[in-house]
Amino acid sequence: MKRTKKEYTRREFLKTSLAAGAGLTIAAVMTPAGLRLLSAAELEQDLSFKPNVYLRIAPDDSITVVVSKSEMGQGVTTSLPMIIADELEADWKQVRFVSAPAADAYKDPVWGMQSTGGSTSVRHMHETLRKAGAAGREMLIAAGSEALKAPLRECAAVNGVVRHMRTGKGLSYGKLVFEASRLPVPQNPTLKKEGQFKYIGKAMPRLDVPEKSTGKAMFGIDTFAPGMLYAVMARPPQYGAEPAAVNKEAAKQVKGVQAVIEGPRGIAVVADTLDAAWKGRAVLNITWQNAKAPALDTSTLEKDIAARIGEPGLVAKSLGDAKAALAAATKKVEAEYRTPYLAHATMEPMNCAASVTAERCDIWAPTQNQGGVKGMAVKATGLKPEQVFVHTTYLGGGFGRRFETDFAEEAVNIAKTAGMPVKVVWTREEDFQNDFYRPANYTKIEAALDDKGKVTAWSHKIACPSIFARVFPGMMKNGIDNAAVEGVTDLEYDVPNLLAEYVRVDLPVPVGFWRSVGASHNGFIIESFVDELAAAAGKDPLEFRLGLLQKHPRAKRVLETAAQKAGWGRKPAKGQAVGIAYHLSFGTYVAQVAEVSVDRATGTIKVHKITCAVDCGSVINPDTVAAQMESGIIMGLSAALKEKVEFAGGGVKTTNFGDYDLLRMSETPEIDVHIVTGKDPLGGIGEPGVPPAAPAVANAVFAATGVRLRSLPMTPAAVLAAMKG
Amino acid sequence: MISLDINGKAYQVDAGPDVPLLWVIREHLKLTGTKFGCGIGACGSCTVHIDGKAARSCQTRVGSVAGKRITTIEGLAESHPVVRAWIKEQVPQCGYCQSGQIMQAAALLAEEPNPSDDRIVRAMDGNLCRCGTYPRIKLAVRSAAKEGKRP
Repeated sequence: MKRTKKEYTRREFLKTSLAAGAGLTIAAVMTPAGLRLLSAAELEQDLSFKPNVYLRIAPDDSITVVVSKSEMGQGVTTSLPMIIADELEADWKQVRFVSAPAADAYKDPVWGMQSTGGSTSVRHMHETLRKAGAAGREMLIAAGSEALKAPLRECAAVNGVVRHMRTGKGLSYGKLVFEASRLPVPQNPTLKKEGQFKYIGKAMPRLDVPEKSTGKAMFGIDTFAPGMLYAVMARPPQYGAEPAAVNKEAAKQVKGVQAVIEGPRGIAVVADTLDAAWKGRAVLNITWQNAKAPALDTSTLEKDIAARIGEPGLVAKSLGDAKAALAAATKKVEAEYRTPYLAHATMEPMNCAASVTAERCDIWAPTQNQGGVKGMAVKATGLKPEQVFVHTTYLGGGFGRRFETDFAEEAVNIAKTAGMPVKVVWTREEDFQNDFYRPANYTKIEAALDDKGKVTAWSHKIACPSIFARVFPGMMKNGIDNAAVEGVTDLEYDVPNLLAEYVRVDLPVPVGFWRSVGASHNGFIIESFVDELAAAAGKDPLEFRLGLLQKHPRAKRVLETAAQKAGWGRKPAKGQAVGIAYHLSFGTYVAQVAEVSVDRATGTIKVHKITCAVDCGSVINPDTVAAQMESGIIMGLSAALKEKVEFAGGGVKTTNFGDYDLLRMSETPEIDVHIVTGKDPLGGIGEPGVPPAAPAVANAVFAATGVRLRSLPMTPAAVLAAMKG
Repeated sequence: MISLDINGKAYQVDAGPDVPLLWVIREHLKLTGTKFGCGIGACGSCTVHIDGKAARSCQTRVGSVAGKRITTIEGLAESHPVVRAWIKEQVPQCGYCQSGQIMQAAALLAEEPNPSDDRIVRAMDGNLCRCGTYPRIKLAVRSAAKEGKRP
């Protein structure tokens, strides 16, 4: 099994598919009337069809699946082909994938745009992939029955061969593609039933792992376009600043520097080598002016957000009358929580290569958003959409950062102005200082408990910058950014009077999607606060949660499973304590139990073990589910214990891993993942592992020390300060 | 011109002696398996072997390694126990840091064929992975150590 380097446009795909003896091609397209399955000939006849799934079986038995989603570590270039291969009854060894180019054809069938995010790839593509695979299987069986001169009902597809079951005679798919391609494509092929799957539900080895274990995988930064130069940018060090004076001549004197280009995002130095470009940039000696907020720093930002919590918010959700119930309550719990701005810190810094001529624009990008990159390039170059070619490489991490198109815009603009192909490479410092950060958040919650320990009211107000206001303004609902309030508006705990309010805070710091988005902060806040309520009610944190989740059996099951596997209720090892948390996000339930100890002298939290239970409905690849849980937990712990972007002097102060370190191996606990299987609809898997990690640890720290940590990250200094009270 | 011995091959490179080895490997020689992560020796993505020892190529001036034996991920045999263990344990996710992780692990096992868990963690702690593949890296290093002992 291997990844072929070639990419296919519709035209190329059709050309290959229609060539004599080319094989069997099936394309799937979502129409207003539902899914349609088409042959290559039908596609050729009607160009209005824009299929988002292509599958071709060649005479040499190879099976090529065009994957329209970006591979950023989540395993999508294995899970999507697995679904097709299963229904097709393909021999896995013959399956290959190619990355789709940017084209209308590859728009997500649910979103109507070509991008990867929201833990949706399998959820959105699953039905189409299964039907395409099943149609291929039925066509091959029909062709096989003819060729073998055997009755259709006595023929079956088995591992890439159509076999006449009575005689045992068989023909491989490759030998049947010519005949099969002449048959009509069945529109409602019979899908496999539970128990018939051979790949779905099995831990299939990832198709991308061999080349990622040998240094052969090509990321964006590894692109070399013919005649390519390097470009580096000098961007404003303060939000809104513009260059007042630039010594372009000094930069041009540097050996190897070819051009200095002023653009909307800063000043670019184009050179033969990266070293020369950086040396040129170093002598630009730019004076910046007109910073938007020269006094902006970490503390002003924190104050600006916190100050807004007293304002009346927009009502995002209201059940019963929380205000009245709180006013009448005898026992109230109040708390304020704070979470910081976070950086994505993908291991591959932002980069992009581009070539722009009068006829075409080529972009080689590690992008989660092919549609956005293409649209940007059409605007920036004045070329037609069909003249813009986006080549998606492997992504060295995405986490939402690569949904943005800023880095590609730089490359396109520079390539266009320079008249030469360029590769823009960001340093780690540029990457940290020009991110679209996970928004900081300030939250105030008041809740009321009755004498039986039931929660009678919950009033939850969130002051938070908005992601959607910039990225998808049309999706703001009555001024509310769902990303800021998710988890609260769909709170599963049984609370008869619930009020969720939102105060949008507009600040110069740009914010964007960060793995698990609003759940990354609201999961921490809700699950820490529920723990506070349990303590106030004098109940065990697990029992308390289960009592409030009677109507949510899946939530109960993950909590019970994680608790049971972790030995909840047993006496923890000496010096250790346990905490539990659960969160529903992206259609998936995840519960985690953290075992921690706290060094009272240094304030250092040691996380010994995380036991995780996940219910994502049906499972495609259990090993990928486990890997994404491990990954989400470690990213969640990293944010919980270490991460915070610092600001100073009107811009970002954080520079590199020296002052923004990520969780390292020595800080990584033992992780034990349990998949709770069910027949529920598919849930996402890339993000839901993140949210429960921080509250599970904070709750365990409370159990260990009696100290409630309401602010992230839980650094040793913060723990010491909290313990001193 | 600087003479370099990389993966057993002799190269003549036209680069200033102060240019980091990383960029010479990647951009001059197009051996792109070695990755740029931070430029300050804090993440380990650029790890190569210099005379058999793990080194951060972003912190190594190319002028200082003329005549030394340099190995990059491309110079590691695909049958190397560490590469095989990485595939067996399904370590990589996004994969970007993995060349550095593999080179770090290979250098550790060359020095200490049977490392304790503590030793593994100490050797690998300078290599960051944002995807959080650390548990599988640990498994793979143990698995490669076992594999390496077989005749």
